[in-house]
Amino acid sequence: MTVALAPARRRAVLRQSLSVAVATGAYGVSFGALSIAAGLDLLQTQALSLLLFSGGSQFAFVGVLAAGPAGAPAAIATSTLLGVRNGLYGLQVSRLLDARGPSRLAAAQLTIDESTAVGVAQPEAAAGRLGFWATGVGVFVLWNLTTLLGALAGDAMGDPRRYGLDAAAAAAFCALLWPRLRSADAFAIAAAAAVVAVVLAPHAPAGVPVLVAATTALAAGAWRRAHHDPAPPHHWADEGADR
Amino acid sequence: MSTWTAVLLASALAFALKYAGHLVPASWLDGDRTTRITSALPIALLAALVGVQTLTSSSGAVVVDSRAAAVGVAVVALVLRAPFIVVVVLAAAVAAGLRLLGLP
Repeated sequence: MTVALAPARRRAVLRQSLSVAVATGAYGVSFGALSIAAGLDLLQTQALSLLLFSGGSQFAFVGVLAAGPAGAPAAIATSTLLGVRNGLYGLQVSRLLDARGPSRLAAAQLTIDESTAVGVAQPEAAAGRLGFWATGVGVFVLWNLTTLLGALAGDAMGDPRRYGLDAAAAAAFCALLWPRLRSADAFAIAAAAAVVAVVLAPHAPAGVPVLVAATTALAAGAWRRAHHDPAPPHHWADEGADR
Repeated sequence: MSTWTAVLLASALAFALKYAGHLVPASWLDGDRTTRITSALPIALLAALVGVQTLTSSSGAVVVDSRAAAVGVAVVALVLRAPFIVVVVLAAAVAAGLRLLGLP
């Protein structure tokens, strides 16, 4: 299994990993600023990027918590449900990596959209392992640095509404959702979930409408016989990484 | 529940899910229905979050304000394949601009 990688292939994989890490790092700034705007302090914001380390879940966590501390259980639930896909990625990359002991713990923490996508996209196993580790470590470092930058900027800004940061949060969820809307079924699930959440919002505690909407849409999705392609781990494959 | 408790609990659960993926036998999760549900889950959650973040106030009331226009612009930017950071900054700029003009 351990076939050495030609230097040219090695450079190509590392270049790909780095471009993904830089692109992802760029939106760590928006996470840091939004987290501060949502009422978390700098240490809590940084802890999320270090420990939770999964963009979608982090945005969701602070988004739900923004409505007030009473939303904490719903924030945890939303973040965790969004993290389910990382478990699925773990399944795929564990076959590729065959890591044991501490290196398996590190691999688990680095198992996210981007590292999985680069890892499984490589034709050879050796390149896949390199791609996974390089992307995972690269995103981790840049994501945490840019989170800190964003948090410091957010701290200095004051009222988040004045800078449109509440709209930025909505746009961030839009941008995370966008690449997944690849079929009519995906659109239908998204529309149903959004409508249910908004209709329910005035009548339920913060965060609960999102969870109910998600399960409703899921029930509908599971019931439909139409075939969904498995979710691609990520979406920048069509050309240079940009999200 | 304190914010710190929530942060640490959410982090622990996120890690548990990642690690579980590395531990369980692959055969556990093969199957069409599982694949369908796990691909639909993020779609449903993210769409619900878009709806709530765009159209409801912090008290839960449904309101149409500058955020709706900002998200409209964000969607146009996404159609034009703008990068994530451009989409987010554009939406913030639109909302901030409209509020500067006195809109809610």
